Amino acid sequence: MMIRILALLAILVLGLGAVPAMAQGTTASPSLADERAVQALLRGETVHGRITIPDQRAANLIQPEGRKWREFHNVTLAWVGGIAVLGMLALLSVFFLVRGRIPIEGGRSGRTILRFNAFERANHWMVASCFIVLALSGLNLTFGRHVLLPLMGPEAFTEVSHWGKYAHNFLAFPFTLGLVLMLLIWVKDNIPNGTDIRWLKAGGGLVGHGEPDSGRFNAGQKGIFWITVLGGAAVAVTGYMLIFPFVFTDVTGMQLSHMIHSITAVLLIAVMLAHIYIGTLGMDGAVEAMTTGQVDLNWAKQHHNLWVAEELAKGRAATPPDTAKAAGAD
Amino acid sequence: MARMKFLLDSDRCIECNACVTACKNENEVPWGINRRRVVTLNDGKAGERSVSMACMHCTDAPCAAVCPVSCFYTTADAVVLHDKDLCIGCGYCFYACPFAAPQYPRLGNFGSRGKMDKCTFCAGGPQEDLSEAEYIQYGANRLAEGKLPLCAEMCSTKALLAGDGEVIAQIYRERVQKRGYGSGAWGWLTAYRESVAI
Repeated sequence: MMIRILALLAILVLGLGAVPAMAQGTTASPSLADERAVQALLRGETVHGRITIPDQRAANLIQPEGRKWREFHNVTLAWVGGIAVLGMLALLSVFFLVRGRIPIEGGRSGRTILRFNAFERANHWMVASCFIVLALSGLNLTFGRHVLLPLMGPEAFTEVSHWGKYAHNFLAFPFTLGLVLMLLIWVKDNIPNGTDIRWLKAGGGLVGHGEPDSGRFNAGQKGIFWITVLGGAAVAVTGYMLIFPFVFTDVTGMQLSHMIHSITAVLLIAVMLAHIYIGTLGMDGAVEAMTTGQVDLNWAKQHHNLWVAEELAKGRAATPPDTAKAAGAD
Repeated sequence: MARMKFLLDSDRCIECNACVTACKNENEVPWGINRRRVVTLNDGKAGERSVSMACMHCTDAPCAAVCPVSCFYTTADAVVLHDKDLCIGCGYCFYACPFAAPQYPRLGNFGSRGKMDKCTFCAGGPQEDLSEAEYIQYGANRLAEGKLPLCAEMCSTKALLAGDGEVIAQIYRERVQKRGYGSGAWGWLTAYRESVAI
């Protein structure tokens, strides 16, 4: 009994002692409300409240996601973009030095075949010219201040970036239109099939030797087509999220949109550098397809034999050179 | 030179919005822009508290880190300012800012947001101190007149303190010690990577 009373007294004494100690504990450490907020910050949650001014977006008190976006923009994007673009340029330079310009087998025949009609070419160049401006003005937002700003000075650089921003925003529309048209006019020739597997196994015309069979577009070109269409769709959708602030999404959504937009864009730029290389410097006879639309018959037979056979069977194509005269005319 | 900071004692803030009004009036801030705002957390519930928030003039400011045209600069008093003549209105600072401080005159689609505007700690901008141009572009330059930001100066409960970080932290510390509680200096962990040790 005595022991029990002693124990009870001890508990009471300790308990009473504990009360002021607990009160002091609250004083010494931040109270719950603050701790909760700090925990929310550590978990990366937005601290949101109520506000009396009309701008309801201002009710977000703290959005720690901004730090992640900053890390992405300043570190991740800079590295991925730098490696993708410069790496591709280096790769193409090495490839050019090793492989050289791919010649037309048997030289030019002097006879040509229509590869892309005027509409296809016009649409290609609309998309291409938009893409170049979009790419340069986009790269400028990430790399400009490290590369151009020291060269141009702040005023001139702001002028360039300002116009770049407007160009970027407005050219988004013809770019998207062109992508839709590209999809419509070229999708039927870009459905993957068995020929593509054989083409890829043979290493294509670029890496391997001896040209595998190919229809209007080979597997590599089909790849470019789908990368352009799907990658283009991704940058277009995320771009419109950013161009119309708060119409489709809030600040967190815009951060995410920017991440998808910029990473897809730098990868597209790398792919397009390869596309530009093989269409001009890398292969003799290729660039005419998108300039005059008329490619040399030997080039066409070398790279797209199945397509040539199809076209010739249709009875079109194989336009004689301008200098050719009908038999007996001279 | 002082390291200027804001400190909001949310145990004192009564959500009167006088700081918001003072800021708008002193700086002739246009419609739609609120350099300072009062956000109420846990509204109507136990633990309700209001926090007056503006640009906190962060150490290692995220806005300055991400600006594509590098238009931000930090004054000798550690106030984070920007040059509106260089700003292109891209919105990057707004994505990066933890306090949603950057504001734009227009919600502007097609990238026509206009030049970014934010709290200047009543320290004007890069134009000549107390010039007409500075006032039109950035608002008051009370620091050049030897005064502190008006929001804090006229806060009736002195919940909002502005000034040298050491001094206002000491005021807050004494307050907390005297009254026996304090929920911490709001935003300090995020802005300055430190809290006020009591």
